[in-house]
Amino acid sequence: MRRRARLTAVAVLVAVVAAAASVQAQVSFDRILKAASEPENWLTYSGGLASQRYSGLTQITPANVGTLELQWAFQALSLEKFEATPIVVDGVLYTVQAPNDIVAIDPVSGRTFWTYAYKPSAQARPCCGRVNRGVAILGDAVFMGTIDGHMVAVDSKSGRELWNVAVAGARPEAGYAITVAPLVVKDKLIAGPAGGDFGVRGFIAAFDPKTGKELWRFNTVPGPGEPGHDTWSGDSWRRGGSTVWTTGSYDPELNLTYWGLGNPGPDFTGDDRKGDNLYSNSVIALDPDTGTLKWHFQFTPHDEYDFDATQVPVLADIQYQGRLRKVMLWANRNGFWYVLDRATGEFLSGQPFTKVTWASGLDAKGRPQGVKSPTPEGVRLYPHFAGATNWYSPSYSPRTGLFYVPAWMDGSSVYARRPAEYVEGRAFLGAFPTGTSLSINGTQVNRRLPGEGYGAVLALDPKTGQKKWEFTMADITDAGALTTASDLLFSGGREGFFYALDARTGALLWKAPVAGIVQAAPMTYAVNGRQYVAIAAGNSLYAYALRRP
Amino acid sequence: MRCALWLTGAFVALLAAGAAAQHGYTQAQVDNGGRLYLASCATCHGARGDTVRGVALLSGKFSRATSDEELVKIILGGIPGTAMPPNPYSESEAGMIVAYLRSVGSAGGLVATGDSTRGRAVFAGKGQCESCHGAGGSGSRVAPSLVDVGTLRTLTEIERAIVDPSAEIHADFRSVRAATKSGETITGRLLNQDTFSIQLLDSSQRLRGLQKADLRESAVLTTSPMPAAKGTLSPSDVADLVTYLSTLRGLP
Repeated sequence: MRRRARLTAVAVLVAVVAAAASVQAQVSFDRILKAASEPENWLTYSGGLASQRYSGLTQITPANVGTLELQWAFQALSLEKFEATPIVVDGVLYTVQAPNDIVAIDPVSGRTFWTYAYKPSAQARPCCGRVNRGVAILGDAVFMGTIDGHMVAVDSKSGRELWNVAVAGARPEAGYAITVAPLVVKDKLIAGPAGGDFGVRGFIAAFDPKTGKELWRFNTVPGPGEPGHDTWSGDSWRRGGSTVWTTGSYDPELNLTYWGLGNPGPDFTGDDRKGDNLYSNSVIALDPDTGTLKWHFQFTPHDEYDFDATQVPVLADIQYQGRLRKVMLWANRNGFWYVLDRATGEFLSGQPFTKVTWASGLDAKGRPQGVKSPTPEGVRLYPHFAGATNWYSPSYSPRTGLFYVPAWMDGSSVYARRPAEYVEGRAFLGAFPTGTSLSINGTQVNRRLPGEGYGAVLALDPKTGQKKWEFTMADITDAGALTTASDLLFSGGREGFFYALDARTGALLWKAPVAGIVQAAPMTYAVNGRQYVAIAAGNSLYAYALRRP
Repeated sequence: MRCALWLTGAFVALLAAGAAAQHGYTQAQVDNGGRLYLASCATCHGARGDTVRGVALLSGKFSRATSDEELVKIILGGIPGTAMPPNPYSESEAGMIVAYLRSVGSAGGLVATGDSTRGRAVFAGKGQCESCHGAGGSGSRVAPSLVDVGTLRTLTEIERAIVDPSAEIHADFRSVRAATKSGETITGRLLNQDTFSIQLLDSSQRLRGLQKADLRESAVLTTSPMPAAKGTLSPSDVADLVTYLSTLRGLP
């Protein structure tokens, strides 16, 4: 009797889920707002507008994760780095095959429904690979930025192009390239170009999802007459970089969208750009309706180390010093990690998470103190110029209350001050740092001592500022982190493993070899009641699920 | 396999024969070009010129070239950054390949003689094409969008698809029917298949992946769900429609 009742309940549940799936043809913004209520889907780059990269799915647990098995592998027709996080909507997975092909995939079999092939201009010159980090979806349209400065929309069912616009001023021959996964906020699509190593002038823009028409633009390097313009000497603002290449976040109650910005140009010498160089290396809070700046916080003023603040802004509501606060958690490329009040931008706390020598500490407002600048002959400073972390997605678990950060520990570089000459379309750096065996690209051998740099996943406690645990890897990592409501953490690294940790303790629970470096962040989804975890590595996308009993 | 390739080549060459003279090529040039095409270009482009994604060589329309000289240059020099390699032909040999491509492109004795504006009206009106194919890349997806069909198909192919849709169904336009073990019947456009699964866009325009283990039966249909134009469209309607469709070259 009891058994039958349970069976009936299951049948009803299945029917309801099936019905819901068939009516959920369109992705409204309301669904994106409430993404946590449909954990079987993964609707944005970071899984939700708070960018916690945390999933409510619990089928895979610390107890059974050891039986995860590869279900399928999608091999990209591309030898570029596979940096995209897929999205999954109602039984369809969308990702980008580098540089700019959108692929719709059956998330159960890994087989392709359709491919939208985009041929970027031969003029495109992204700094660090012809890469793309993913798509956004709204209604029946899937959106992507391209390495030659276009925004495109395709039909989510057929893959047909709906519109394709060249973003004004984003000239590929000058180094502008859109690699970020766009973010949908209400009725707008938000994105901006990278190119901070080419002396471009950055911006963030909102586009009409129906037509691609630009609706507003925020210049991340203020021009004459704009507030902050006086933080750039001479005409250095024209080549000021400060670009966007990781996806932002949105707080619907505050109606603010947050974006991390990259380095000023030139990267490694500030002689010709005296001043703080706003809004380079800052997080900015914008009104998504108008593009108006509400507040900013600059992590590294007058940067000469390439310390982009292009990290994903992680939004969390936590008990902080006795009261519930809306905070933003931020582990920065400069080696410090921060807790900010995301309503005001107020600095709440900050401390180093690895060896830091470029600055001696932070003052009461979070401004670096005791800053050491690069010298003409060169000086070794910590961390490495590629950062103590970088664009690798962090994760926050509301269950453990911990903030998880993929990190490059104890890396350093020799920074030298050299003049930089601007020539359109060429790298605008000054002197590329030396004195390090940590490569931006992966290598197949690693003979380093730990003191020369290693990789880790850190579990940081925002309430205490303490490191709760560290999962140590011999080699560094470019992989993001995912946590789930069953207290699992998934990540990977340069060594070609994808693995699961206990999010509470950092204990390794499972690992699998993947054919190549993990240079993307994991995500999870469910179809027909079965949970999958997906990760891009090498040139392929892999999906795992529990072994069938 | 080799036999089939030869037959297809012969078919195309036959079609080409009638149209050669009007392009200023000799029949011998076209024939030689066809031989060179099948001996080399077809390795990647296929006998029908349509196996490289987004390229339809036998449509007579080229995205990277307009003049014969530009085509010769591409054949000889390749396209840097793509899989198209330089080719060790003489200019005159490359010219023969162009002659072949040009003649096939307008082959079949069919010249676009209809009225494109009237064809558009037929498409949206009594032809009822729009109700399944959509228009301008939007609308119904029950049948494939025809927004760039003019670059993908020859006039002959377009006409035949209208008059007798089931005579030869292009692989991209096939339909599938599947019956699940739980009693559901699903029909739709075949998007992909493998030993274990089928991917389709079903009749309610939803992308579906089906595991064959869950199916009682499934079959790729050999008849087109598209009604034939016989009886509903006059020959001049068809000519107008063909002309209109041949002008569709993708969104602006």
